[in-house]
Amino acid sequence: MSVPADSERGLLEAVRRIAEEVAAAAADDVDRNARFPAEALEALRGAGALSAAVPEALGGQGASLETIARCCFELGRRCSSTAMVFAMHQIQVLTIARHLDGAPWFESYLRELHQEQRLIASATSEVGTGGDMSRSIAAATPEGEGVLSFEKQAPTVSYGAHADDLLTTLRRTPDAEPGDQVLALTKSGQAELEPAGAWDTLGMRGTCSPGFLVRARFASEQVLAAPFAEVMNQSMVPLSHILWSHVWLGIATDAFERARAFLRASARRRPGEPLPAAARLSHVMAELTLLRGEVSQALHDFQADDVDDRARLMTMASVLRFNNLKLAASEHAPSVCAGALEVVGIVGYRNDTPYSVGRHLRDALSARLMVANERLHATDAALLLIAKEP
Amino acid sequence: MNDDTRTVIRRVLREHARLPVDVDTLGDDADLFAAGMTSHASVNLMLALEDAFDIEFPDRMLTRGVFDSVSAIAAAITELSGDGEPSAAGGGT
Repeated sequence: MSVPADSERGLLEAVRRIAEEVAAAAADDVDRNARFPAEALEALRGAGALSAAVPEALGGQGASLETIARCCFELGRRCSSTAMVFAMHQIQVLTIARHLDGAPWFESYLRELHQEQRLIASATSEVGTGGDMSRSIAAATPEGEGVLSFEKQAPTVSYGAHADDLLTTLRRTPDAEPGDQVLALTKSGQAELEPAGAWDTLGMRGTCSPGFLVRARFASEQVLAAPFAEVMNQSMVPLSHILWSHVWLGIATDAFERARAFLRASARRRPGEPLPAAARLSHVMAELTLLRGEVSQALHDFQADDVDDRARLMTMASVLRFNNLKLAASEHAPSVCAGALEVVGIVGYRNDTPYSVGRHLRDALSARLMVANERLHATDAALLLIAKEP
Repeated sequence: MNDDTRTVIRRVLREHARLPVDVDTLGDDADLFAAGMTSHASVNLMLALEDAFDIEFPDRMLTRGVFDSVSAIAAAITELSGDGEPSAAGGGT
C-alpha cells in the first residue's frame, strides 16, 4: 500500500485515530452484546468519513479507492464490525458514484449524503434465490404517476435498523425475468423494515444483520439507469471483494500483532530461554505476508483495469480474478487468526486478556460465508472452462 | 453466409441457452439475458459456439455484452473467423 496524496492523508489519519481511540475501546462490548458500534459510526460521521468516496464535484472528498481500502484495514485491526459497516457503506457509495451517469436525483442525493453523513445499507440477497445476487424475485412495481413500490424478503440486511437509506436489487418490472435487474435507492421515510428474527451469531456480531421484510414506495428516478450487469461486474462485486478483504486483512494483522506481543513479553521475562512458539509465529507471519500480497495486488489490478479500460472488468477473466481474491482472503484470514491462537495458547483463548484472539477468529470465520465460498467455486468451475488466461 | 451463421447460432442457442422461451420468438437484437438466459447457461453457450464454429473466443471477448443477442454473437464470430463480410468492405456504412 503506497502513501496516499496529501489531501487524503488527513482522512486516513482521522480514521486511524477513531479506530484506535473509539472503535478499539468499544470492540469487546460491541461483540459481547451484539450491538451496533454507534460511537465509532458517530465519530466517523464527525470526521466526514461517510462521504469520503463522494466525488469532490458533489461536495465529498473524492478519496481514492486505495485510501478507502486503507481505512477499512485500519478499522479492521480494531473493531471488525465497525470496519465491515464502513466497508459496506463505501461499496454502496462508490457503486452509486461510479454509475449515476449524471442523473440529477442521484447527484443531489450524494450531496445530501455528504451534508448529512447518511449511512446506506443494502438488501441484495433474497429469500428464495439460493444466495445468488444476480437473480431477484421482488420487482419494481409501477403504482402510477412515476411511483414504484416493492416488497422484498431479505435474509440479511447488515445494520438495516441503523442505516438511513437502502440500496436494493429488484427485477426491473413485475414481468421481468429473475436476471433482469435494477438497483433502487430508497430513503429512510420511504422504506419500512420489519425485522424477521434476531442477530445472535458466532462473529461479526456488531454488524446487526438480521433478516427483514422490506416494503417501500419511491419515485422512479431513484432507480439507477445503468445496466445492472455492468454495475455488478464493474463495481459491486469487485469492490466488495476488495474492501471486505482489507477488513479481513486488518483482523488477521491484529491477531498476529497480539501473538507477537505475547511472545515478546514472554521473551522479556525469561531472556535466553527457548521459545518454541516463536517458530509457530514465523509460520503465521509467512501466511499473513501472502495474504497481504494478494489483497494489495488485487487492489492494484482493479485500479489498472479501471483506469485503462473499464470494460475489461466485464470479462470472465476479471470475474475469476476477484473471486480468487475473495477465496484466498477468506481462507487465509481465519487461518492466520487460528495460528495466532495456537501461539498464544490459553491466554489467547480467554476473552479477557490483552492477547485474546477469540473474537478475531470468530469474526474472520464469517469471511467464507459472505457469499459462500462453495458458490464462488461453482461459478469459477464453469468460467475456467471458457476463460483462456490462468 | 451471414444467414447461415445466424441459423447455426439459433440452433446452438436452442440446445444450450436454456431460454424459458422459444428462441425463434426472439428477434436478432433481442437481449438474451433479459429473455432469461443465466450466466451459467451463457458459459455453456460460449463453449458450444466455439465447438460449432471451430473458433476460440479470447478473454477480451468473454463478456456478457458479446453474447447478449444473436446479432452480437454473429458480429463476434465474423470478427474471429475473418471470412464473414467485413462491414467496411461493402462501403455502405
